[in-house]
Amino acid sequence: MTILMSLDPMALFRSMPGAFAQGLVWGLMALGVYITYRLLDFADLTVDGSLATGGAVAVMLIRGGMNPWLALVFAFLAGMAAGFITGILHTALGIPGILASILTQISLYSVNLNIMGRSNQAVSVDKYNLVVSLRYISDSNSTKIRLFATCILLCAAVVSILYWYFGTEQGHAIRATGCNQQMARAQGINTNFHTVIALMLSNGLVGLSGGLYAQYQGAADVNMGRGAIVIGLAAVIIGEVLFGKLCAGKHFAFAYTMLSVIGGAIIYYIVMNIVLWLKLPSDDLKLFSAIVVIIALSVPYLKSKYGKKGVRVNG
Amino acid sequence: MAEMLKVENIHKTFHPGTINEKIALNGVNLSLEEGDFVTVIGGNGAGKSTTLNAIAGVWPIDSGKIYIGGDDVTKLSEHKRARYLGRVFQDPMTGTAASMSIEENMAIAARRGQKRGLSWGITHKERDTYRALLKTLDLGLEDRLTNKVGLLSGGQRQAVTLLMASIQKPKLLLLDEHTAALDPKTAAKVLAISDKIIAENHLTAMMVTHNMKDAIAHGNRLIMMHEGRVILNIAGEEKKKLTVEDLLHQFEKVSGEEFANDKALLS
Repeated sequence: MTILMSLDPMALFRSMPGAFAQGLVWGLMALGVYITYRLLDFADLTVDGSLATGGAVAVMLIRGGMNPWLALVFAFLAGMAAGFITGILHTALGIPGILASILTQISLYSVNLNIMGRSNQAVSVDKYNLVVSLRYISDSNSTKIRLFATCILLCAAVVSILYWYFGTEQGHAIRATGCNQQMARAQGINTNFHTVIALMLSNGLVGLSGGLYAQYQGAADVNMGRGAIVIGLAAVIIGEVLFGKLCAGKHFAFAYTMLSVIGGAIIYYIVMNIVLWLKLPSDDLKLFSAIVVIIALSVPYLKSKYGKKGVRVNG
Repeated sequence: MAEMLKVENIHKTFHPGTINEKIALNGVNLSLEEGDFVTVIGGNGAGKSTTLNAIAGVWPIDSGKIYIGGDDVTKLSEHKRARYLGRVFQDPMTGTAASMSIEENMAIAARRGQKRGLSWGITHKERDTYRALLKTLDLGLEDRLTNKVGLLSGGQRQAVTLLMASIQKPKLLLLDEHTAALDPKTAAKVLAISDKIIAENHLTAMMVTHNMKDAIAHGNRLIMMHEGRVILNIAGEEKKKLTVEDLLHQFEKVSGEEFANDKALLS
């Protein structure tokens, strides 16, 4: 009771805009995870490394005088390069997907240290005109509006582009590759090529998200991507569980699904903020995230195994 | 009549040099003229499906040559060879992408052998074509274009796969026991659809089956395989007069052993 009394509801309220912004920024990464995990059926752990790569590239370029928006383009490209490496390790060299992505992730740790020259580099909002920043929330109402408008428009743009892309011939080929490789090859689809393309696109988004997040928190850190894959999965699954029914069967179902992934990321950060507000030890946050993902992944499995409602759709 | 398929002395051994070594194809020779529809029978492990997989390029063969429509495809990878081939598999799950809609599956098949770029994966005009094609199946699928293929029954999926295999006219249609996983009634329906599609499009086709009656009733040619070789090649009038007893007798004569296959005998 005393603990509850000591909690300040206003503090929780004040933390919400930050959680919302963070959710939007990480939502882009979650979209990348969605592409590999759901569309390509590939557990890609590259993201833990490529997120930091995106952040490192963006911060170093901004410090070198580049426009922060342009720096994001390079963060995207750096992420794509990371995805390309994982793709080649898997398709051309025959290394199992999850191992290929771990190898890239580990390599990226060194690469990221080399990019930054040390384990972290700051980029001050006072010196540079950053795209997003934590400070914009508290500075003034106009900067706050600008921050949210930027994040929302960026997410909307990415969702629109992905919606278009996965409706193209190439997008269809990627989805077929992820769904049924045998069918894809029988229909003349180069499954290796499309696996690489999808990994590049996914990690490009993760790099972009890393570039944004580094600007948001004012620094890139070699460890900033640790556990990113878990957050991404959590966002994907939370989005599916909470909004899945709303998306099914709609004309723009795929766009709704992507928006629900971003929604999942926002909810994830709101929950994390509540956890922190409850004064639970922040050291346990990653454990908490992992448990959320474990529950979300295991419930559908256990339901289908033991539930009476387990429906098999083949005949 | 042009030669559509020529298989020259192909060999394939799985797991060579190990305890699991298995000589799957031991010098297969086969030649199909345009419009030929050959049924392929033989016991388990005779090399029927392996021959189809070799033609489709699922893995490289050890030696021999494969020509489709006069082109040497021996060295082509599976996805490159797909431009020549329509394929339907034994498992209804294999031929379609379950998480994609019927129309998306068909659109993917319609682009077989073409470069896949950034134009729309499916156009309005195509949808009308697909609806018309599905209507010919008479399974009520023409109203379910946007349904996920995963919602269809096995028979429906095989029917859709057949359409997909023929939508971009293939030089050769490979049917790999495509009715074996279906109940008898559905199997008969899918076979009838196969016949119709082959006849209407004048396709050259190979159909592997365990069912001797089906092998006799369909197509203009029949081959029997045994231990990785073609041991019997029947065509024309001779095939029309063929009975199951003939086949069993022939098999025993050529192979020197009894055709001990329950599935084949029971049918």
